[in-house]
Amino acid sequence: MAPAPSSTSSDITLNINGEKHTLPVDHRTTLLDALRERLDLTGTKKGCDQGQCGACTVLLDGRRAVSCLQLAVAAEGREITTIEGLADGDRLHPVQQAFLDLDGYQCGYCTPGQICSAIAVIEEHAAGWPSAVTDDVRPEAGPPPLSPEEIRERMSGNLCRCGAYVSIAQAVARAAEAKTGEAAA
Amino acid sequence: MREFAYDRALDVSGALALLDADPDARFLGGGTNLVDLMKTGVERPARLVDVRELPLDDIEVTPDGGLRIGATVTNSDLAAHPEVRRRYPALAQAVLAGASGQLRNMATVGGNLLQRTRCGYFADVTKPCNKRVPGSGCPAIEGEHHNHAILGASEHCVATHPSDMGVALTAFDAVVSYRTADGSAGAPRGGELPLADFYLPVGDTPHRETALPPGALITGVTLPPAPVAAHSRYRKVRERASYAFAIGSIAAALDVRDGAVREVRLAFGAVASRPWRATAAERVLTGAPADAETFAAAADAELAAAKPLPHNAYKVTLMRNLVVAVLTELAEEAAR
Repeated sequence: MAPAPSSTSSDITLNINGEKHTLPVDHRTTLLDALRERLDLTGTKKGCDQGQCGACTVLLDGRRAVSCLQLAVAAEGREITTIEGLADGDRLHPVQQAFLDLDGYQCGYCTPGQICSAIAVIEEHAAGWPSAVTDDVRPEAGPPPLSPEEIRERMSGNLCRCGAYVSIAQAVARAAEAKTGEAAA
Repeated sequence: MREFAYDRALDVSGALALLDADPDARFLGGGTNLVDLMKTGVERPARLVDVRELPLDDIEVTPDGGLRIGATVTNSDLAAHPEVRRRYPALAQAVLAGASGQLRNMATVGGNLLQRTRCGYFADVTKPCNKRVPGSGCPAIEGEHHNHAILGASEHCVATHPSDMGVALTAFDAVVSYRTADGSAGAPRGGELPLADFYLPVGDTPHRETALPPGALITGVTLPPAPVAAHSRYRKVRERASYAFAIGSIAAALDVRDGAVREVRLAFGAVASRPWRATAAERVLTGAPADAETFAAAADAELAAAKPLPHNAYKVTLMRNLVVAVLTELAEEAAR
């Protein structure tokens, strides 16, 4: 007897912004399409759909990832955070507030991805991760200061076709300083 | 995209058995290359066996002072690891030079080694490509090839391997470990391949890329101890400052004693179908004076075999300059 054909769809449960959502998905569905088309979480944007622009950046288990190359079925069991899950009620996340205060956007399309990415950049830097522009990557050298050059390199996976990079970089710096100040206080 | 079945493997034996049972199955790691290629129709698996959660995500110092890196370690964790940064800084730099923060969080070490070329003809299913459809031809040779291979290519394919990580691993004599399913109900079998033998020569079979047996799962990469690697550097040249593939790159390690090269490691990226170990250059360098003249002679010895095409001859000059510049920097640091 020939083996039964394997199913090409599954019922999955996604943990998004602290809420569980159960839905049937064709395995071809990306996390990006599941968020936008199935769960009405349209804050996450589709830009290139090829992993090249960063507009679809979300946090997976606290780490930034592009949701266009993440299959929804493979995201089951992971903690997914989208732009909709960042604010605390009416109180914006400090990175969201910094983007607002410093005009870190023009048309706004790339902004949710920029903000999710920036949150992770600040945490990666705080964890001591070096970057491609870090002069000395040896642990003995200590973490590099989060200079404008470091911010630009670390944010390079998020394109902004309006070219709002100057104020985006300033917003990331402001949010990072606020976080450091908070930790020191 | 073709419809596909999906299984998540929780142990190596299970992953191998799932793949073994379906000739159209593929392993899924971070998916940063495979999912993209599935969207464009270059890859059409009938089943994905998700190996991202396999317990292969450790980095450990081996008893002899090398490193053992699990296959599902992400690029981010590899580059952030203190022992990688301390013992093999060029490896951390190479990983950090690749892709973006988002992609490095997703991509795995095993997947990085198996990623496919970014040749535009390979990626476009409406075009001929000997790597994608054997015997269909190579339009790159007469067409768009400014970023194609100058070393080790053939009349059948001039594509380059895009990995940065692999260049540093090649310089440091990495060995790839893999497992294969047993034909019977027995335990899986395993094997090892030095990275130098991992990628097959292009020849007339550009569609056959690695020496891995069919159905094999990469389980890890071992770096032998290499004190010279503590004095190493990766430099990447690309068409924009960040988040782009290399047009040429170099991983180099240098130990200088009394003005002479005691030990050297040198590998090139973005110039061949695989990370290119510059053995001819290393022979010229070893024991010779650590000066710019020697470095240039070494580069020339390696690049004598280059067969550039009309639009990528700049890579010969680029690689020569990279060799001289990076070795000069390393020699100056050694003299301090």
